[in-house]
Amino acid sequence: MAQREKTPEELERLEQKVRQTEIAISWVLRVGVVLSVIIVTIGLVVIFIHHPGYAKITGGVSYHTVAGKTALFPHTFGGIIKYLKAGKNGEGRGIVVMGLIVLLLTPILRVVTGVISFIYEDDPPMAIVTAFVLFVLIMSFVLSGA
Amino acid sequence: MSPIDFVVLLALISILAGVLGSLVGLGGGVIVVPVLTLLFHVDIRLAIGASIISVIATSSGAAAAYVRERMTNLRAGMFLEIATTTGAVTGAYLTTVLPARFLFILFGVVLGYSAIAMYRKRKAAALLSVSHDRIANYFKLHGSYYDDAEKKEITYKVVGTKPGLALMFVAGMVSALLGIGSGALKVPAMDLAMHLPMKVSSATSNFMIGVTAAASAGVYFARGQIDPIIAAPVAAGVLGGSMMGAKVLGRIHSNKVRILFVVVLAVIAIEMFQRGLF
Repeated sequence: MAQREKTPEELERLEQKVRQTEIAISWVLRVGVVLSVIIVTIGLVVIFIHHPGYAKITGGVSYHTVAGKTALFPHTFGGIIKYLKAGKNGEGRGIVVMGLIVLLLTPILRVVTGVISFIYEDDPPMAIVTAFVLFVLIMSFVLSGA
Repeated sequence: MSPIDFVVLLALISILAGVLGSLVGLGGGVIVVPVLTLLFHVDIRLAIGASIISVIATSSGAAAAYVRERMTNLRAGMFLEIATTTGAVTGAYLTTVLPARFLFILFGVVLGYSAIAMYRKRKAAALLSVSHDRIANYFKLHGSYYDDAEKKEITYKVVGTKPGLALMFVAGMVSALLGIGSGALKVPAMDLAMHLPMKVSSATSNFMIGVTAAASAGVYFARGQIDPIIAAPVAAGVLGGSMMGAKVLGRIHSNKVRILFVVVLAVIAIEMFQRGLF
């Protein structure tokens, strides 16, 4: 691509595009974060509704007394659905993990937004860089076998 | 201890971790991991899983504000993510090969050194106005931001992209291997090697750690290291805390951010030695 001096109007339009990119990325992060907090909190509430005994304040500090009751939890994507269907015994934990997945997906979606934005800003080098990052991220999830 | 005690107490501590993490560009694992293992007697593997969640939460919670305020150097951050993500994927598969004790000690030495170097830079933190770094020029990684504490626009140039990339690869690897300290190496890399302003280093590190952590989160999730009853209060608390912290960074003076970071870095270094030696 030939590099030539940009006119003031072009520069101003580019400036605007960069600003729009920043707003878009910021927006994706905020929505992801708020959505995940809401889902996680609902999940916690569901756990406590299903197990009223959990909500008794006893003092003392040890995870083991807690873990005795909750040591099982989903750790695959398929497992989440199983837990969601399990009703009383797994629903809350399934919802929490779903909220956590939303949280995990937020940075990934942010990278996707980056790729789109740099294409929109007509900036091929940065678009390629961001696309590579996205590729590595996707591979990490595929390789993990979750 | 009943689950509600656990959840409420952990959420409150996590708010603190979120505030601190968002200010200095770290993930809050510094607070979350020792609190979980020492105070709550949680298995270290589950604590590390929770720390990964804490990192992603701090990052996304604070970065939303930092990007909007242009405190984050978006281009530099996204460029350096090439190295952090590949480092993280590499690290996640080296866990079984490398002796963790040795890594903790080595990492402790590196962080201790970084803390001293960053402390000494507090008076000579002049920003560059020219850069002959070809990579930085080609990708236009230079930037500017409005400093609310100094009430002026601050323009800066980026250098040292090669050492920067190398350090970011190590940072990604370490965060996957040890589950802690991804930001602890990123901030010194940007501050010392690449000459970014302190607040930009912190905000950009914050922006990047979420993606680095996401690259190893799949592995942790599949291994069953992310327990919802631990992760839920951590995620919610840290998110709240980091959104609060993000409102403060702009208004603090750069040197105060630096000193706070150095103190936290020293604490992490000690934590590393303690984990490696005992």
